[in-house]
Amino acid sequence: MSATHTDTAAAVVRRPTGTRVTRALGIATLIGLGWFVTFGLFLSPDDAVQLAGVRILYLHVPSAWLAYLAFIVTAISSAAYLSKRTRSLTWDRLAGASAEVGVLFMGITLLTGSLWGRMSWGVYWVWDSRVTTTAFLFVTYLGYLAVRGLGGSHHQRARRSAVVALLSVLEIPLVHFSVEWWRPLHQQESIAKGKLEGLMLFSLFIGVVVFTLLYVWLVMHRQRVLAMEDALDDHGLEFAIAERREEALF
Amino acid sequence: METDPVVQLVDVVAVLDRFPALAGATLSVQRGEIVLLRGPNGAGKTTLLRLCAGLLPPSRGSAIVLGLDLATQRQEVRSRVGLLGHANGLYTDLTVGENVTFWGATVGASAEEIAAALDRMGLSTRLVSVPVRKLSAGQRRRTALACLIARRAELWLLDEPHAGLDIAGRDELDAVLRAASAAGATMIVASHELDRAGALATRMVEVAGGQIRGPQ
Amino acid sequence: MTSIEVTRLVAAKDLRIELRSRILINQVLPFAAIVMVLFAFALDKDDLLARVAPGLIWLATLFSMLFVVQRSFAVEAADGALDALRTAGVPARGIYFGKAIALGLQLLVLEVLLFLAAFVLYNSRVGADGVVLLITSALAASCGLGLVGTLYGGLTTGTKGRESLLPLLLLPVVAPVLIGVTRATEAALGVGGISMHEGWAWVSLLVTYALLFGIGGSIAFGPLVDDSV
Repeated sequence: MSATHTDTAAAVVRRPTGTRVTRALGIATLIGLGWFVTFGLFLSPDDAVQLAGVRILYLHVPSAWLAYLAFIVTAISSAAYLSKRTRSLTWDRLAGASAEVGVLFMGITLLTGSLWGRMSWGVYWVWDSRVTTTAFLFVTYLGYLAVRGLGGSHHQRARRSAVVALLSVLEIPLVHFSVEWWRPLHQQESIAKGKLEGLMLFSLFIGVVVFTLLYVWLVMHRQRVLAMEDALDDHGLEFAIAERREEALF
Repeated sequence: METDPVVQLVDVVAVLDRFPALAGATLSVQRGEIVLLRGPNGAGKTTLLRLCAGLLPPSRGSAIVLGLDLATQRQEVRSRVGLLGHANGLYTDLTVGENVTFWGATVGASAEEIAAALDRMGLSTRLVSVPVRKLSAGQRRRTALACLIARRAELWLLDEPHAGLDIAGRDELDAVLRAASAAGATMIVASHELDRAGALATRMVEVAGGQIRGPQ
Repeated sequence: MTSIEVTRLVAAKDLRIELRSRILINQVLPFAAIVMVLFAFALDKDDLLARVAPGLIWLATLFSMLFVVQRSFAVEAADGALDALRTAGVPARGIYFGKAIALGLQLLVLEVLLFLAAFVLYNSRVGADGVVLLITSALAASCGLGLVGTLYGGLTTGTKGRESLLPLLLLPVVAPVLIGVTRATEAALGVGGISMHEGWAWVSLLVTYALLFGIGGSIAFGPLVDDSV
């Protein structure tokens, strides 16, 4: 063998994950972010009551949107993997990448929400169904990611994680309703969205759009990295087989 | 068909957590044969047996056991094959009788079949009500084999069945295997006990580096 | 072999093993009792204890459940029996329900004793009208816990540090059961200002939970356990 395992393996991982699409998307996202920051931090007005503090919503709401979007994508990809007709490890990697991005933004959502709550109502936490379900989802994400790291072949990992993801989907309504019934009175409901108007609402809307672009960009890259990791494993297998056969010394 | 090989592996690769324990194994076993697997530790003997038991899928190559494809029909293969590994697969808190009855019940064995299985393994009425916890290694092995018989396993896969047994235990086991062989069982045995297992076997193959050498 | 026969076989086997080895009685129960006592030390106010007794009982149950679930699968792993069970090609659904039933029954025994402990330690009382609600909610909760515990226990059994994953996965999932059965118990014991009517509404949640996981689990258990090669 002229090429060693490490040589060709290095070649596999040195391939960048960027393509024309992601570059275009990345630029669009950057521009969007710049636009968003401008509106969010400067152009949109302060709130009558909360003054500049309302701006934390511009981070909170889009993050929450992204976190839930990521969760839905993970769930659908998991189902797609399990279905015999569309079984492919790409779905599994998509589920994993989405979950990783999702857990990050779920954390941001909880953090910013907590700060917002402190500002608006004087408390860092409130036990209503939305907040509690979000916290629950966060922990469930962590569990899902832990299960992904359990090892085994790629398909074993994929099947196990997909099942866990779908079980989590099953739990969400159960958790939501049980908390809803438990604490039916929450302070205010409208996360100030009702009170937002004009420029503030517009900024929020930009935020949601830009974060969606950001999500797609992050997931595409992450999914490709995961694909490379899997390819590296398979690649390693060829060499491992060859080495193994040499043990035989026939 | 009766004359079809019980086991037919062609160039099988089996992977355990990224490691190719089997790296292109080819083997064919006919009904009634006792095939002995020899080879150093780590050669892939255990993986080969577990593969044939339907416990792990082949990553590459073709693997057919009892006419069933191991890539897709492992569940069916499992119910017809008996694997005796380093562990015995027994419930240590239950008695001998309860264990054999349980395993027999998984295939709907009748009380007579269970009694016959116990009898063939020389598990006397006294031993039947003893918890497995309290048995010697040799007695546990015989109990595990009785479970295989009760389950009507068509192919026996034995992974170092003599390991951990004293001389008396090994003699007991040999007698039992010889009787089973005489009754027409098909077996693949991995063993370092070349004299004992060798005397029993109809054919010997070498396993090394995840491959098989010898009459295949 | 039909799934029902396998269910009965596996449930009987698990219960027989428990009767023989008495792990529940000798180890888990004392643990749960100690937890109950420690709660009293931590919470320190007599009238408070009676009010929060339902929550404490069910918390103690949940923590003890972790041990019972691990034990349920440890008996399989001890002598390679789980391998053998899979080798036998026994239908996974039967194994699932069999172990879930055995687990649920063991939890019921645990709960009965914990309630007795609460009557003694926390001065809890139950009226005649509350007894039916109490029993029904405990039954419904135990079904759900048995099903979910078996499911995630099967996932996390085996080597390579999987056991530490069990609490992380299981405790969030049983949150709805904890909320529901605690409220129902509060109603039954007449604490916390919850009406009987509400208590029964919570029971319906518990039943829904058990149904959903019964169905989901019976589908998921096979593939999950099959992966522990």
